[in-house]
Amino acid sequence: MNRKTPRGMNRRHFMSHLAGASALTGTALALGQTLRANAQEMQRNQKAAILLWMGGGPSSIDLWDMKPGANTGGPFRPISTNGDVQICEHLPMMAQNMDKMSIVRSMSTREADHMRGRYYMHTGYVPNPNVKHPSYGSVIAHQLGTQRPELEIPAFISVGGESEGPGFLGMAYSPFSVNSSGRVRNLNLGISPDRMASRMQALKLMENDFIDQRRGIAANEHAKVLGKTLSLMTSSQMEAFRVEKEPTDVKERYGDTNFGRGCLMARRLVEAGVPFVEVNLGGWDNHQNIFNTLENQKLPELDRGMSALLEDLAQRGMLDSTAVMWMGEFGRTPNINGNTGRDHWARSWSVLAGGAGMKPGVAIGQTNEDGTRVQGQSYSSEDLMATVCKSLDIDLETTFTSTSGRPMKIANSGKLIEGLI
Amino acid sequence: MFQLATLKNLIPMIVLIIGVLPASPAEAVEPTPDKQVDVDGGVAPQLLQIDKMIAEVWDAYQINPSKPATDSEWCRRVYLDVVGRIPTADEASSFAADNSNTKKQKLIETLLYDDLYTEEFARNWTTVWTNLLIGRTGGTENRSMINREGMQKFLRDSFARNKPYDKFVHQLISATGTTAPGGEDFNGATNFLIDKVNEENASLATAATTKIFLGLQVQCTQCHNHPFNDWKQQKYWEMNAFFRQARAIGQGMQSGMGNVATLTDRDFAGENGNSPDEAEVYYEMRNGLVAVAYPVFVDGTEIDRSGYVSQTNRRTALADLTVKSPYFAKSIVNRMWAHFLGYGFTSPADDLGPHNVPTHPALLDYLGQEFQSNEHDLRQLISWIVLSKPYGLSSRQNKSNVSDDPLLGEPPKFSHFYLRQMQAEQLYESLMATTAGVQRSGSYAEQERVKNEWLQQFNTAFGTDEGGEATSFNGTIPQVLMMFNGDMIKSATSVAQGGLIDTIVRAPMSNAQKVETLFWKGLGRKPKAAELSLAKTLINTNGGNFAEGLRDMWWVILNTNEFIFIH
Repeated sequence: MNRKTPRGMNRRHFMSHLAGASALTGTALALGQTLRANAQEMQRNQKAAILLWMGGGPSSIDLWDMKPGANTGGPFRPISTNGDVQICEHLPMMAQNMDKMSIVRSMSTREADHMRGRYYMHTGYVPNPNVKHPSYGSVIAHQLGTQRPELEIPAFISVGGESEGPGFLGMAYSPFSVNSSGRVRNLNLGISPDRMASRMQALKLMENDFIDQRRGIAANEHAKVLGKTLSLMTSSQMEAFRVEKEPTDVKERYGDTNFGRGCLMARRLVEAGVPFVEVNLGGWDNHQNIFNTLENQKLPELDRGMSALLEDLAQRGMLDSTAVMWMGEFGRTPNINGNTGRDHWARSWSVLAGGAGMKPGVAIGQTNEDGTRVQGQSYSSEDLMATVCKSLDIDLETTFTSTSGRPMKIANSGKLIEGLI
Repeated sequence: MFQLATLKNLIPMIVLIIGVLPASPAEAVEPTPDKQVDVDGGVAPQLLQIDKMIAEVWDAYQINPSKPATDSEWCRRVYLDVVGRIPTADEASSFAADNSNTKKQKLIETLLYDDLYTEEFARNWTTVWTNLLIGRTGGTENRSMINREGMQKFLRDSFARNKPYDKFVHQLISATGTTAPGGEDFNGATNFLIDKVNEENASLATAATTKIFLGLQVQCTQCHNHPFNDWKQQKYWEMNAFFRQARAIGQGMQSGMGNVATLTDRDFAGENGNSPDEAEVYYEMRNGLVAVAYPVFVDGTEIDRSGYVSQTNRRTALADLTVKSPYFAKSIVNRMWAHFLGYGFTSPADDLGPHNVPTHPALLDYLGQEFQSNEHDLRQLISWIVLSKPYGLSSRQNKSNVSDDPLLGEPPKFSHFYLRQMQAEQLYESLMATTAGVQRSGSYAEQERVKNEWLQQFNTAFGTDEGGEATSFNGTIPQVLMMFNGDMIKSATSVAQGGLIDTIVRAPMSNAQKVETLFWKGLGRKPKAAELSLAKTLINTNGGNFAEGLRDMWWVILNTNEFIFIH
């Protein structure tokens, strides 16, 4: 990747060519929202969140909530960890790091369809034809990213997948999607910075002219994305994507896999000031041959990457200000089907959360002997979102006025998960 | 990839200057009087009805529609929606120069029926339906049995010949044969279901068929009763039972042909394996009890329960029932309306379930019936929509209809055109049209290959049991990076000999006319005075180098919101 730095011209000079192009630069807040956020609090320590997204719906009963006695338990055995919980024997490296994360074993949700589950777990809202709710990352980019004027790369980055969109917060809060190699396509200017600046000046005039014709919000959103793109192209913070620059032993520790590289990139991006990174690991939709797949493919990759990330964050003193979450659309059936697989199951499943001052090493809630039901208080997507937002010092009273005019609370009025925060 | 311009390509431009450029500077602003007459002088009753029923809702909400779109805007819209690209400078300016009050009618008839446009028309709708039936990523994954070329051959042929929609869908649902062109028994239609019948007891086939052709989203009821209406699990499994004879047999990749597979129907002896006369399907209800299902259509019509193909071919029976269903006609009307107007009468446009009330229920019913009684003719349906008043409105909002904006969560009232971005395929075809004329080099297959390579950069598949995919060509940073710096844009804006810029620079016209040409090519309209000044500025910043100045101007045009949005 050869990104051309504007030679002989520092960034401020370059951007000054676009003075007055308010539609193209700056981080203008999206239309139609109000917020009452605690700006001072957040500036003190740079908080961030990393979401490890397990596309397909990973089985909890084989990973984090073992049922060795039951006929739903499957062949894996539990092992002890350095936390107060037992986990799957095929996650030995995570077993050394359960002093950093807790397991919420009492998740109970109602969306067992991939698209709906994805949407729900990413937004805290059930899909609705009239409103497009913003994704976790968009919300946090909006709350934390806008407080960081020095951040030149996108505030919401998705590695190895597309995540869910910004909804009514507007295109400027879309996830910036990149693959785990860190290579961003089409960064090369190809012409002199001066010439680019003159083109942008002309483009600004035509953009604004079209916007003045009042044809709808989309035209304004386009202009904002132009500004964000320009900012990214000229930024030295792009170095954060370059995972290959890490020492060999670090790269090996994370693992020579897409997920491993993605986790390493997440650490670098958070260090550069990005408040939200989503790292994707798919392939969990195991309707058949689940135990083979887990033992030989999914678990080793997960174990290595996730444990490396936690260790690294802890070592660098970043764990206290970084929330880490692990989840998928839903869990999988305790009942093992006729193809030695498990099907979709949202009634009782687990997610993991840790960092940013959340209590580590414990299990929150529990399921019954065969894992088919949560016993006691159960939790939902909104509850997890509320808890994570709180850990990042985001005011839960924050309200968005969605484009339909309805006020919407930031985590859909989720309640805090007791014992976690 | 880009055809070098030859003298041949210069000629249209000279003709353009001599005869066809409109003289009046006010052209860009004054639209044609809004009178849609067919060649016999009468107005089609469907048009009158559409306009009447749409206007009734405006009155009910007390909003005034926007004024009509300019000729340039309307022309650009029509080309993009009907043939999938912007008009050439020639096409745009000759439409603008035409003073007859039947010019809209004439244009749509040309695009729909003139041989000159058949191939482009077919290509556009092949793209739309490929994405719908198998997805942008369909056939690209290792385990897939889909032969993309086979799918597209079937579609292209269907659209070129204006195959009636009911026949088209009947073929897709009941198809047997092999997937790859060149094979014996080749039937491109098999590619729709080939990847959807073997796994998960044909759950993908059930969900896709009911959603795409009936507008009914039954996939939720696979596991439990529908959350929003009173559909029961039973309904899903009764539809699923229609697919239990279907079987896909993969034969792997074969040289020169790609993925080869066969879709066939075999006798089904019921899930317990020994009741072929009453071939049943079992499913588990939430309370753990097991229930039984036989093939029953969504409207309750039962068919013979035999699993013997010679007795009852279940997919053929399903196809017969589907194309007669009122949902069938309504769902295609809704889908086409959404294609042209940006939104259907329901949101989402492929959900006509009882919980989803349409914005204009009487109009949807009426158009469904008209479509059915007009031999399910898609081109006829297109002309009704394109010549309607709502499609002809400006996207500029007025004080009274600012609130009519689905992005604000409001159901659409179609009182102004809604801005929407071009799709990646439309951008590609538009750039091809501007740089290479409409003729291209290489065989059709080669052109498609190059195009698909470029398109793949935006697509990711989710790899779950629901299919599902995402595109990053959605107005975000990667798309803008591509428009700023990508190879295709670099090529389009290059000053190399024989390229677009070079051709214009060398044409025998004034500098002002050369700048004008860029605006006609990119935006389908004349430049404003301020834009001519802008061009002058760009030439100056390039030290007076005219070609380099034009290059910058063209780059700017391609990157504007006005270019990328259908407006």
